[in-house]
Amino acid sequence: MTAHAILDTAAFVACAPFPRRVLDQSAWAEFAAALAATPALELLALWADPTHVHALLHDRDSADFLPVSVAVEIGLYPALSPTRPAAAWFERMIRDLWGHTAADGIDQRPWLDHGHWATTTPLAARPSPNLAAAEPAEFLTSEGEGLHQIAVGPVHAGIIEPGHFRFTCNGETIVRLEIRLGYLHKGTLGLLRGKSPRAAARFAARLSGDSTVAHAIAFAHAAEAACGVAAPPRATQLRGVMGEIERIANHLGDIGAIIGDASFAVLPARFGWHREAVLRAAARAFGHRLMMDAVIPGGLAEDLATEGARAILATVAAIEAELPGLVRIYDDTSSLADRLQSTGTLRPDLAERFAAGGFVGRASGRRFDARRIPGYAPYDRLDVTAVCLDQGDVDARVRVRLAEITESIRLLRLLLTELSDGPIALPLPMASGEGIGWSEGFRGDIWHWLRLEGGLITAAFLADPSWRQWPLLQAAIEGNIVADFPLCNKSFNCSYSGVDL
Amino acid sequence: MAWREMFRALREGPLTEPATPPPEDEVAILAARLKAAAFNRLGRTLAIRQVDSGSCNGCELEIAMLTGIVYDLERFGLKFVASPRHADVLLVTGPVTRTMHPALTRTWQATPDPKWVVAVGDCAIDGGVFKGSYAITGGIDSALPVDLVIRGCPPTPTAILDGLCALIEANAREPRRPR
Repeated sequence: MTAHAILDTAAFVACAPFPRRVLDQSAWAEFAAALAATPALELLALWADPTHVHALLHDRDSADFLPVSVAVEIGLYPALSPTRPAAAWFERMIRDLWGHTAADGIDQRPWLDHGHWATTTPLAARPSPNLAAAEPAEFLTSEGEGLHQIAVGPVHAGIIEPGHFRFTCNGETIVRLEIRLGYLHKGTLGLLRGKSPRAAARFAARLSGDSTVAHAIAFAHAAEAACGVAAPPRATQLRGVMGEIERIANHLGDIGAIIGDASFAVLPARFGWHREAVLRAAARAFGHRLMMDAVIPGGLAEDLATEGARAILATVAAIEAELPGLVRIYDDTSSLADRLQSTGTLRPDLAERFAAGGFVGRASGRRFDARRIPGYAPYDRLDVTAVCLDQGDVDARVRVRLAEITESIRLLRLLLTELSDGPIALPLPMASGEGIGWSEGFRGDIWHWLRLEGGLITAAFLADPSWRQWPLLQAAIEGNIVADFPLCNKSFNCSYSGVDL
Repeated sequence: MAWREMFRALREGPLTEPATPPPEDEVAILAARLKAAAFNRLGRTLAIRQVDSGSCNGCELEIAMLTGIVYDLERFGLKFVASPRHADVLLVTGPVTRTMHPALTRTWQATPDPKWVVAVGDCAIDGGVFKGSYAITGGIDSALPVDLVIRGCPPTPTAILDGLCALIEANAREPRRPR
């Protein structure tokens, strides 16, 4: 049977807005195998609860979004990773948190659990005490003459998050990079349980600080879907404003940092200046430079300040005026072209296989943008343009982000000039139900799933786009020189905290 | 053209904010205080090693702003260094995750005496919103002796600068701290 035919046999469970299909273990195993012949079904996220494993799939052909589940039997479920390699990190995470093992998974090593927690499988129905001492990590091997390893991290040399990079090199050339994360695991999913969506939103806002608005929006969408309510128009419009401000601020900071890594000082100075201006405008408009905790389930915590719109518009006008000149400098500087072009190339077929979101996907030919499909308010009325290139190198990722700054400025103007009047929030009922929410953060599409009982969260998963981008960095770096790793890493800028949960 | 940008920069002068009226006046006072204090105690510079022991990266975003042209931390003699072996100060963010605890402790051990630990952000003080999680040991003081805390979620770059300056002044008045 084809993957679609198997899905048609599934029983449905209520989940808004996408009903969740439940397969038995043999059907799920058959489905996993059939995925090999169905490349259009992309894996967006894989997670679990104490009894089931859930996958969120996207059908590229029909633009359908399909949550599919399987019951875990004696701690096992059939793996997706043989046909969807992006599932491997998720499967390792699921075993560490819930104790469900992906039978025939392509990688059975621990992921988040480095052996330092007091309990093992902390989210399982009955976690057990951790009695074993932490063991050194096992890394994949590379064999050949003259190979040597470089171990970096978890504490890095710059002002960035912790993670371990294990390079295997032949001279200067990187033969293999293996990334080991999990250092930032804070137990976020466990902290969500037993809280109301309002109380739990603080954790979603701190999954990855640079995407605090985008995660708060996805979380609010999930909670609102589960309760069957929609935030008022003014709230969704201002969420859009905050989302675009966050995107511009991150793009400005990262483009500057990438160019700074190529030792060219003029542009980082200017991009950094504009980033600061955007953060100050955000503080004036929404009371916080990163707009943390401004978006809550049901709407917004506070309305736009009186002078807020003017501050934002003045800031983006200054950026718009200067940006073409800065791009000209970027274009005319041969040392930048030398460092950034054809460096860290991500092949389009890999971007597609891993369903890479955001500028990582859009610089490698995958146009997906959650503001367009499945879409959400206020973008349903704005006709967002997704800029897409296919070179897949550091330069392409920079150019996609440059173009996105311009597009976000256009969207900001539209949103701020047509702002509705009316309430900014409504109370959430003490409802029971399941919901999926999404948003397009600066990194890409974010997916949140919540299950509520009597108004309290009983299970949740928060999927950052980095789950599907980190593994691609490992692929894109092959054949590059060690000295270019900072450039490549910064050009992906995946979140550590976002996937460490 | 880069030359045009450079010419404009020459003509218009630096964009780095002068250490005058609020919040800039604060920076000016601190700058003066810092100069006197740091000179007595440490010579002209203080080397900072930033360590993320579990943050959401919000604090890192604001700390990184200190190196840009607006806050230009190096004008105060403060600078970020790549190795704890070159550092006087560990600037630590986040709750301490159980998984980062060993690496954080080793980073501290690698930092030569005399050294100071600054806990940045609400999580670094007592675990913040993550307090009570199975995956953290608490604030930075659950792993290291903390000399100073800088509140905020995240603290603004001005607040972080303010804190670093206060640390220098306090230490300049004290005899050498025992480890």
